[in-house]
Amino acid sequence: MSFTVPANLEAGIDELISHYPVKRAASLMVLHALQEHFGWISQEAVEWTAKKLELQPINVYELVTFYPMLRQQPMGKYQIKVCRTLSCALGGAYELHKHFCEKLGLDARAHGPQTTKDGKFTVEFVECLASCGTAPVMMVNDEFHQGVSHAKADEIVGGCK
Amino acid sequence: MPQEYKLILNHADEPGYTPDIECYLRHGGYDALKKAVALQPKDLPDGAKRSGPEQIRQEVMASGLRGRGGAGFSCGLKWSFVDRKSSKPIYLICNADESEPGTFKDRQIIYKDPHQLIEGVIISCFANDVHLAYIYIRGEMPDGAKLLNRALQEARAKNFLGKNILGTGYDLEMHVHRGAGAYICGEETGLIESLEGKRSYPRIKPPYFPAVLGLWMCPTIVNNVETLCNVKHIVAMGGAEFAKLGTPNNTGTRIVSLSGHVKKPGYYEIEIGKATIGELINDPAFGGGLRPGRSLKAIIPGGSSAKVFKAGEKFNIKGKEVDLLDLPYDFDTLIQAGSMSGSSAIIVMDDSTDIVEALANISEFYAHESCGQCTPCREGSLWMSKALHRLTHGEGRAQDADYLIKIADNIPGGRTICAFGEACSWPVQSFVAKFKDEFIAKGAADEKRHAKEVKGAGQARR
Repeated sequence: MSFTVPANLEAGIDELISHYPVKRAASLMVLHALQEHFGWISQEAVEWTAKKLELQPINVYELVTFYPMLRQQPMGKYQIKVCRTLSCALGGAYELHKHFCEKLGLDARAHGPQTTKDGKFTVEFVECLASCGTAPVMMVNDEFHQGVSHAKADEIVGGCK
Repeated sequence: MPQEYKLILNHADEPGYTPDIECYLRHGGYDALKKAVALQPKDLPDGAKRSGPEQIRQEVMASGLRGRGGAGFSCGLKWSFVDRKSSKPIYLICNADESEPGTFKDRQIIYKDPHQLIEGVIISCFANDVHLAYIYIRGEMPDGAKLLNRALQEARAKNFLGKNILGTGYDLEMHVHRGAGAYICGEETGLIESLEGKRSYPRIKPPYFPAVLGLWMCPTIVNNVETLCNVKHIVAMGGAEFAKLGTPNNTGTRIVSLSGHVKKPGYYEIEIGKATIGELINDPAFGGGLRPGRSLKAIIPGGSSAKVFKAGEKFNIKGKEVDLLDLPYDFDTLIQAGSMSGSSAIIVMDDSTDIVEALANISEFYAHESCGQCTPCREGSLWMSKALHRLTHGEGRAQDADYLIKIADNIPGGRTICAFGEACSWPVQSFVAKFKDEFIAKGAADEKRHAKEVKGAGQARR
């Protein structure tokens, strides 16, 4: 499978690069743009980015392995990220995570992101999402949800078509 | 009666208030910027002239504004360190990487009133001769980044941003830069590395003080979202007037993020030092007290890295004995009490909380977020997290309490490049010291159960 960046995406990326006097600084923004389109950062995406920014692939690859939001493999269509940190934990985040896992047939005790067999859902714990007053909170892809009861969680899953 | 004082969040939660520029302009938006760029040079008694930007810097110094991100360092002083003679460009970065567990104040500003932030950034840039600025927003706020981008476009269209701002000849460009889920990017030199397109490895100081060797080795100012919003109000009301808010050396307002076991968690803007911790937790104007039938166990007063307070603790403040709940919530008092107000995030834990579990949760966070550069922090944070995992999963030992303290005591104190070493140690040091019985009891119970199991297994074999 060949790796092709559509012209309009590349134009957007060129615009992003123009925001910085040093091309390398655009790395994270370029990776965000590629991940938004492809769903994850493949080896080809790393190499494409390196070429675009006049870097060595390692300069880009080391970002993909460092920043948790950058994905090294394809994820589910709906990525459920449950905040795990203290205020949310006090507000029932672990029970919420377990609820999702049980509902979707995943192991609540497993480490790291887990994807359902049909590739529809990925469930994972993430660290503090900065909305501790409305615990427990979570995200589905870019969408933010707060004060998530188990009933609300079921509704959210039901809304993922 | 203690009450909220809304300076930054004056309009944010009003019904009908929207994040677009028209709404902001209807509420007096960008008037402070117009005032700032119109300041005329002032003649000084010695015949010298003080330019408009210099006057703004002086007002910020006079206001006593302290950084709202965590360290509480004087904003005026920070600006005064900027190397203005290097002939290199000066950059400004707004730190919108709000990630300290417990903290959710900047989110309110970014999502509800983005133009207030942008106006604060533009004025701060004008005051410091900055022509290129970035807003570094955490990756987990994609909608916030979109809102800010739209707000920047609107500001550009009205000539508050771009070339020749409001006909003054002053040029400024500003862009939104997104992080990608690493807490360490909130540390200012780590943030700079991240913005440069690298792993967020904090830089060692000296020599890499951002004010001298920051972004691309140029002088750089990094300020928190709330701090930059305050600059707008200082220009609008004057530094002396601003300094009347709050208490001496703790001027202005702070948005306190209150979470955990209270009836009404939320964000409350107060004049600094004008409400006590007890009022913030119990007063109907704020947290509204604990849940029915519960009593207070502990408080983390300034984001998860701040040292914990135990219910009933007494402190010696200026020669007087003060109960925990009577401590005024400000920068200086909390430092005197042995902790800090940090990012002004209070996490409340009632008597239903397993204190060992709570610390295990915090330590897991720090073990995950250590950037890995310095061995004491990378290894130490993980060892502490592993020991606490053991303790909370039935594999503990009575001696784990001392083991944890031993590790925690050997991470901070100049052994690491940045303050993350302190941040991951302080919770462990304070939780274990103040609740030692619970840690020992938990470990001892595990040991006792194990001994029984081993004995039982031995007998079965015979």
